Amino acid sequence: MDKLKAFKEEVAKSLNKEFPEIWPGDTVKVYTRVKEGNKERIQIFTGVVIRRRGGRGLDGTFTVRKESSGVGVEKIFPYYSPSVEKIEVLQRGKVRRARLYYLRERRGKAAKIKKKGY
Amino acid sequence: MLGLVAKKLGMTQLYVEGKAIPVTVLEATDGVITQIKTREKDGYNAIQVGFIDTKEKRLNKPLLGIYKKAGVPPKKILKEFRLDDVSGFEPKQEIKVDIFEKGEIVDVIGYTKGRGFSGVMKRHNFSGGPDSHGSMFNRRPGSIGQCEFPGRVVKGKKMPGHYGNERVTIKNLEVVFVDPEKKLIAVKGAVPGSKGSYVNIIKKGN
Repeated sequence: MDKLKAFKEEVAKSLNKEFPEIWPGDTVKVYTRVKEGNKERIQIFTGVVIRRRGGRGLDGTFTVRKESSGVGVEKIFPYYSPSVEKIEVLQRGKVRRARLYYLRERRGKAAKIKKKGY
Repeated sequence: MLGLVAKKLGMTQLYVEGKAIPVTVLEATDGVITQIKTREKDGYNAIQVGFIDTKEKRLNKPLLGIYKKAGVPPKKILKEFRLDDVSGFEPKQEIKVDIFEKGEIVDVIGYTKGRGFSGVMKRHNFSGGPDSHGSMFNRRPGSIGQCEFPGRVVKGKKMPGHYGNERVTIKNLEVVFVDPEKKLIAVKGAVPGSKGSYVNIIKKGN
């Protein structure tokens, strides 16, 4: 399937997007373009990356979770979606697994992720 | 209806006007016209096209004869496309991906993945029985009829049997991407068959 891979890479390249390397546990700020009628504005979603899927290529997505007024909210962002304007890493987190689903059962301080330190 | 043979590479998604669209990427092959059929001579208008080079020993004598007569190297797949008007086509002419353009609606014909002898749940989407609580009715089809009257099973009763590997036409797929240089073409939606299998892409109308 190398030709498919090459095709995906080429399309991804042509979209000309740059984003930082992100890992599960990172706290990120995702700038998304939101259309409201004729107006377009930037909406920011800040939270913890709990999952990455499908690599970093054209098919890749990542899930960001945050708690919004007591309700857990998760959003799945495709890396190459035209509505994802910018991704900013606020903090690297120290975690021991690739999928942080356990955060769903935790609230407040228990859901806090340790900062990555050396 | 002019068409092409293409190899299914796989699926991905593309962004068109801000929306993610599921696409199947196909690698088109170049076809060479081996024969022009006309109403006067053959009773109908069509062009006969060979695709994908192959070794001479892989073909039988009658097929080889076709290619010898046309002066074309032996091909793996031979297809006929019926057209209203065959003027403008001549033997040895090449048919390439550029017959398709972005935004065009096409049909795709292929063979579905073979599933062998399948049970009724896979083949006909029966719901089967419960899995637990000592069920013993896990994937069975249930009753297949009544009693002494009619005393037989109705024709066409959905039962286990061979499933898949059948010719399927998917109609009205939109061409979202064409690259004549790399011979790639992407259509919106899914296409029958596994990755690496050959499908026909057919233009709409004559």
